[in-house]
Amino acid sequence: MDWNLILENSLKGFIGINAVYFAIAALGLNVQFGYTGLLNFGQAGFMACGAYGLGMTAHYFDISFWWGIPLGILFSVVLGLLMGIPTLRLRADYLAIVTIASAEIIRLVVRSVKFKTYFGGSDGINGFSSSFRALGNDFGIEEADQYGFWPFKFTGRELWVLIVGWLIVAVFGFVVYKLMKSPWGRVLKAIREDEDAVKSLGKNVYSYKMQSLILGGVIGTVSGMIFALDRGSVQPDNYSRDLTFYILTALVLGGVAKVSGSIVGSMMFWGLFTFMDNFLRQVAKDPVSIGNVTIMKSTQVGQLNFILIGITLILLMVYRPQGVFGNRKEMAFDGR
Amino acid sequence: MDVERTYGEVATKARQSLRDVERAPGARKPNPILTADNIRREFGGIIAVDVDHFEVQEGSITALIGPNGAGKTTFFNLLTGFDQPNSGSWTFQGKDMSRVASHRTATLGMVRTFQLTKSLTKLSVIENMRLGATDQKGEKWWNGLFSAVWKGQEDEITERADELLSRFQMSHMRDEYAGALSGGQRKLLEMARALMTNPTLVMLDEPMAGVNPALKQSLNEHIRGLRDQGMTVLFVEHDMDMVHDVSDWVIVMAEGRIIAEGTPDDIAKNSAVIDAYLGTRQGQSLLEEE
Repeated sequence: MDWNLILENSLKGFIGINAVYFAIAALGLNVQFGYTGLLNFGQAGFMACGAYGLGMTAHYFDISFWWGIPLGILFSVVLGLLMGIPTLRLRADYLAIVTIASAEIIRLVVRSVKFKTYFGGSDGINGFSSSFRALGNDFGIEEADQYGFWPFKFTGRELWVLIVGWLIVAVFGFVVYKLMKSPWGRVLKAIREDEDAVKSLGKNVYSYKMQSLILGGVIGTVSGMIFALDRGSVQPDNYSRDLTFYILTALVLGGVAKVSGSIVGSMMFWGLFTFMDNFLRQVAKDPVSIGNVTIMKSTQVGQLNFILIGITLILLMVYRPQGVFGNRKEMAFDGR
Repeated sequence: MDVERTYGEVATKARQSLRDVERAPGARKPNPILTADNIRREFGGIIAVDVDHFEVQEGSITALIGPNGAGKTTFFNLLTGFDQPNSGSWTFQGKDMSRVASHRTATLGMVRTFQLTKSLTKLSVIENMRLGATDQKGEKWWNGLFSAVWKGQEDEITERADELLSRFQMSHMRDEYAGALSGGQRKLLEMARALMTNPTLVMLDEPMAGVNPALKQSLNEHIRGLRDQGMTVLFVEHDMDMVHDVSDWVIVMAEGRIIAEGTPDDIAKNSAVIDAYLGTRQGQSLLEEE
């Protein structure tokens, strides 16, 4: 068993690019779900908006890569409006259904043969991120070089995405923190507690919910952009339901309605995930067997890992429902 | 309760203005702040509210009473835009309210509380209070990040909130979560929070429900205090002692209609009201004359 390798990979997972785009997406989801109480199960759809915004600049529009950023944001604002207009007047459950359906519609549309000219079908889109990587080179980070020290060794290409990614996490973390400390954030939190009370005090609840949905969506969009830039490609099937639920998992793990919760929750999710994956892989190098019954083969590591993650989550919900950073005192008033 | 009460200047004026009003359902008042005409609300086949005419005298405390299921709360919801009537129109300070969204009523000066208290449990008491203030610059998302824009206003709001809290003897709970308050304290908080909107008309839906007798007395004082500061109060209540003690005018509803109006003393003697509360001969509608 190579503990050195397990430790190295786990630590890299802890601060790696997966944790970065999860953290950004979880921040967005936190605005919607943690602070406003909107059940958005379609964060993957918002992320796809960002990824396809970037990808389409090269694939369809043939314009500068940098236009992809406003384009992606535009897509997600439109998506937020489309989801919100019919459902935000209704109870929260309806939004959940509509968001999960919309995200799936987006995925199925962009991977369809019919719209291959726009979105590249199920092959996705490649080769749009050269301007982004060129900018990294301009800052003196050579793509092919190795940077860092044990255990944090990255290629220049990874490092550049990581730097940009963590900067974005810091900026959005700060923005969300400040907004939630403002009277605007107070209205959102009050809506989470009781819409009618807020309405009776003269606030346009519908408009605030829309603002929250779109802000969270735009943050999710940026997360999708980082994801696409790291991979250097946009694959429609990366933006399916499980992505949303893993992000939700990371958010709950860290603790909802806390900025630190979304960030550290994502880091812990990926740290834990990479650790388990690497550990189980080491264990299963030779098939594990008792007598002549094989318990686990190396091909089963992935499944077992997800089972263990599930069990960990259940235990967390039972023994620490407020998450790692949540406030126990707040949870105590949840008996509605 | 035969407590001899002395009335302040405002209260005396309110009572005098109502002295010559006809003691009949839908009576015209000299200075109505809130009027409603032909309000009808049906739920399936049931007519929950069917009010021909309704007026609330400005500067008075008006009680809306009636047995369970009389349609009082539904009527409240209709007047505040939380529910839409099948037909009818109503005005507040002469302004037609039929097309006004429910959240706009509070900014126009008409604020309500709820029968089941809606304290925002995971916000502190002071945050609950601050939320009540209207026209906050910091509630615009583009201002949220720039605390310099709203800091000054926030300080004013906090000062006002602290004043109200001390008036309601809740200062010691200022930084507690609202969820940590007792039922009675939540009622007080909800009333205080409603006052943060600087209302001209305060509508209280069963302010005494679930409140202990000692606190009832002080709630009564607070309600009188609102009138003495120039606000109009309309409240729904079951507690007849309280109604008698605090109100200047009483409107009685039964089966969705207004069946009687008058001063608390008139109402106490009104046989239709007694029938409505205590029941009448089986199979006879409350609305039929004896």
